[in-house]
Formats: sequence, C-alpha cells, structure tokens
Amino acid sequence: MKYIISLEFIYLIASITYILGLKMLGKPGTARKGNLIAAAGMTLAIFGTIFLYQGEVPTYIYILIGTAIVIGTIIGWMIAKKVGMTKMPELVSLFNGMGGASAALIGLIEFEHYTGQTLSTATIVAGIIIGSVSFSGSMIAWAKLNGTLKNPIRLPKYNLINNLIILGLIVFAGYMTWSGTSSQVYLYLLFFAALAYGIMLVIPIGGADMPVVISLLNSFTGLAAALGGFLYGNMVMLTGGILVGSAGTILTFAMCDAMNRSLVSVIFGSFGQGDSQGSDDFTSDSIAGSIKKTTVSDVAILMNYSQRIIIVPGYGLAVAQAQHAIHELEQLLVDKGIDVKYAIHPVAGRMPGHMNVLLAETNVDYDKLAEMEDVNPEFKNTDVVFVVGANDVVNPAAHTNPSSPIYGMPILKAENAKNIIVNKRSMNPGYAGIENELFYNQKTSMLFGDAKAVIQSLISELKGM
Amino acid sequence: MTELIDFISNNMQMIYIVVLMIFVGVEIIGHVPAVLHTPLMSGANAIHGVVIIGAILVLLGVNPDNYLGQSLGFVAVLLGTLNVVGGFVVTDRMLEMFKKKKE
Repeated sequence: MKYIISLEFIYLIASITYILGLKMLGKPGTARKGNLIAAAGMTLAIFGTIFLYQGEVPTYIYILIGTAIVIGTIIGWMIAKKVGMTKMPELVSLFNGMGGASAALIGLIEFEHYTGQTLSTATIVAGIIIGSVSFSGSMIAWAKLNGTLKNPIRLPKYNLINNLIILGLIVFAGYMTWSGTSSQVYLYLLFFAALAYGIMLVIPIGGADMPVVISLLNSFTGLAAALGGFLYGNMVMLTGGILVGSAGTILTFAMCDAMNRSLVSVIFGSFGQGDSQGSDDFTSDSIAGSIKKTTVSDVAILMNYSQRIIIVPGYGLAVAQAQHAIHELEQLLVDKGIDVKYAIHPVAGRMPGHMNVLLAETNVDYDKLAEMEDVNPEFKNTDVVFVVGANDVVNPAAHTNPSSPIYGMPILKAENAKNIIVNKRSMNPGYAGIENELFYNQKTSMLFGDAKAVIQSLISELKGM
Repeated sequence: MTELIDFISNNMQMIYIVVLMIFVGVEIIGHVPAVLHTPLMSGANAIHGVVIIGAILVLLGVNPDNYLGQSLGFVAVLLGTLNVVGGFVVTDRMLEMFKKKKE
C-alpha cells in the first residue's frame, strides 16, 4: 500500500499522462480529453512533490509555495480565460516565457550548491542559458504578435553578431564549468548575456514566422526543464521536458514544411536570402497589366446569381474583426441556395489554425471549412472566389515565378475560378512584401475597403435582392 | 574523461529514459493536421510547465538564511504555475472549436 502512494509511482503516472495527452492532442476527436488528462497528471505530480517530500521543511516554506501557486493560478486562469480568441497564439508565447524564466531562476539559485562538481555545473549553466534565451525570446515574440513591436529590427550583419554572441556564451559557460568558479558575478553576467541573446535572436525575425519561432522556443523550454530533471534526478521533469523538447522540435519542422521554408531560412534570413530586403529583386520585374476595380453593388449581383462561392479568409479578416460579418454573409448566401465554403490555407493569418479559431468564434459550421488539398480541385467549378484579407496564400507566383520569394509554397488555386473578387484596404503588399499576380488576372476585380464595412454593405445589397 | 564514463554508467537508467522519450516524442507527432498544430504546441507548452516541480524542490530544500534563494524560488514557483495553468487553459480554449465536430 505504501508503494502505491510513493512519489516515484506518482511521477510514473504523470509521465504516462503527458505521453497519452500529447498523443490525443493530435486528433480532433480526442484533443480536449488529451489536454485534460495531461493537466490531471501534472496536478498529481505537483501535489505529490509537495506532500510526499522526504525532509524537514519549516511550515512557512509550505505557505510560501502555496501562496505562489495560488497567485499563479488566479493570474494564469484569468488571463487565459478572459482574453479574446485572436490573442491565443501570443499567450502561448507568454506562458512559454514564464516556463523558461522559471528554469533559469532554478539554475541561478542552485549554482552555488554545486561548485566544483563539473557535470552538475554544466547542467545548471546550460539550463540558465536555454531558459533565459527562451524567456527573452518568447517575450519579444509576444510583443511582435500583439502588435507592440511591428517591424523586424535588423542590425547590419545581424546573423554574424548573433552567432558571435552565442559562441561567446558557450565558451564563457565552458570556462565557468571547468574552472569550478563560485563567482556570482560571472553567474549573473552569463544570465544577462543569455537574456540579451534571446532578444537578438528573435527581434530580426518577421512576424509571419513567429509561430515557428515560438514552437522552437517551446522545445527549448522543454529542454531546460529536462536539464533540471537531470540535475535533481527527478524523473517527471526529465520525461516531461524531453517529451516536449523532442515533440516540439518535430512540430517546428512540420510548421516549416507547411510554409515550404527551411528552419534555417526562418532563423537566419528573410526568405533564405541573407540580409536582403526580399522584395527588391522582385518588384523590378513589375507585372504587366492593370487592376480592375469593382463596386459593392456589382459584386452583390455577381454573388446573387452564383451557384458556388468559395471564401478565402486571411489576416485582413482578423484585423478588421470581420469574422461575424463574413459569417452573416455566408448564411445569407446559403439561404439563397448558394453553395458556400471557406478555403483555409495552412498558414493563412498569423498562426496555423488562426482562421479556424477566428471563424469558430462565430460558430461557423465546421463542415464548411475546407483544407487546401481538398478544396483546390474545386476552384475551377466555382463561380466566385471571395478573397478577404488574404494575399500571399493565393499568389500564383508561388508556382509560376522561380525568382519569387514565395516560390514553391503550396497555395490556394483561386486563379482557376470563374470570377475572383479580392477585398483589401489598399494595394499594399502582404507579409511577403511582394506583388500579387492574382490581382492583375483578367478574371479578378478588386473591391477596396475595410473588410467589415465592405461585407456589411454587401449584406444590405443582397438582402434587397 | 573518466568522470564522464563514470557518470554514464551511474546514470544509465536516466540515459535510457532520455533516449526512449526522444523516440516517443518523435513518434507522437505523426500525421497531425495543420489545424491542430497550434493547440498541440499549446499543450506541449503546458507540459513543460513541469519545471515548476524543480522550483518547488528548490524552495523545499532551501536554507532558511538564504533570503535571495527564497525570493527567487517564490518567483520561480509563481512563473511555473503561470506556465502550467495558463498553458492548459489556453489549450482548452483553443480546442473549443472541436466541440461540434463529429468524426
């Protein structure tokens, strides 16, 4: 009986819940349960650690721990519950940073207790570097995603500078480990240098690549947790940490795959061209032809007499907060007997799944959301494609122009439809910063204006028909 | 070098666990549909909140005279809690959209 409630056994159960939970998170049917199972295991591990600890602990320490947990739970719960759906991705980054910071702090506290023990010191120092980089990097990613930091800040030769910094950090860490120093000054020097590196690493990366960066930093924090587990011989930290480090890395590569970009090009260069601005080379071969403008009434008539319409939502829809309007438009069209679908590109918006989350807020029928592979063959039978705030994901240059920065990225084949209506506020380029060939297509008409306003006018026009 | 070899033979079990967990992690992220990438990342984020256990151990073992250690430890537990609680709640919210889907 005693063995059943032993801490080691609890850690084993918790580890199982992490594995099961993560596995279940990979399938829509079991995802919610998976999350709850992992949460239950985590809670068990936490309480087990507190109450089954072998050692003399003054009561006030328990109060300290309890208070920290209570405060953290209240704040964490409130932030996660209250904040709008579109802020979910940046919250992932924020909470990831919290974990990284926690790992770094553990290292800072424990350093003095392991002076002279080379391998333990190495573990501590590595944990501090990785945790700090993850923390400051995640904070920058958070700032970029919530609009506080708009443009990537790129110093000249930023890649060289960053590589020198990390090299210096590793050398310094190595020195600290092998010299067996007990210097707190060196310790904090290392800490602040690592924080600085985290900032320098993420700040030059464009907003569109943030999901990949966050996934990478996610695995870093997992690794930092594992190092803590290694240090204490704590099994649950080890399993949880390595699991996240490993799975997180694979997920990062999967995200890069969906954008058809390599991880290297995300971290070290815009579109894999080093320090170039990306768009310079391309706009010099400007696209022949001109754009056609259209009006709300014309588009309303076009839609009213269509049989099949596909809506392509993009970041602009989120910016204009027009998701409820587009849902209303969809319902109106469906009531008129028109077949309406949404074509969701894997990287439309700022995160994989961004458009799904946005539309889910409006209770869109899930069957109406089509994935790229499924919907691409249907474009040629579609009367109208309504592109709302999406740009690069429908740019044919991705398969026609080998010199284009987005060449090779799988796109939605909107150009095959019979009529293409593009709603944007202006002719400003999208995230890739390049011209979109689709806009100059014979079948395309541009409907300029704020998405929400335009859609609402469309709705009133259609209601009158 | 001998220290390294000693370390490996003394900690063989932990090394087994590390190696096996790496494979488990790789296997789990099999064919995950793009729409689940973000919730999965969020779930993994919550799980690495297990770092809170380390922070708790620090406080449990800290010397009562080490005021800096106790303050930093307190902050570490708080931050770890944010990671865990925030992480699981955010993941749950992201998954709300799957409430209606019938497989």
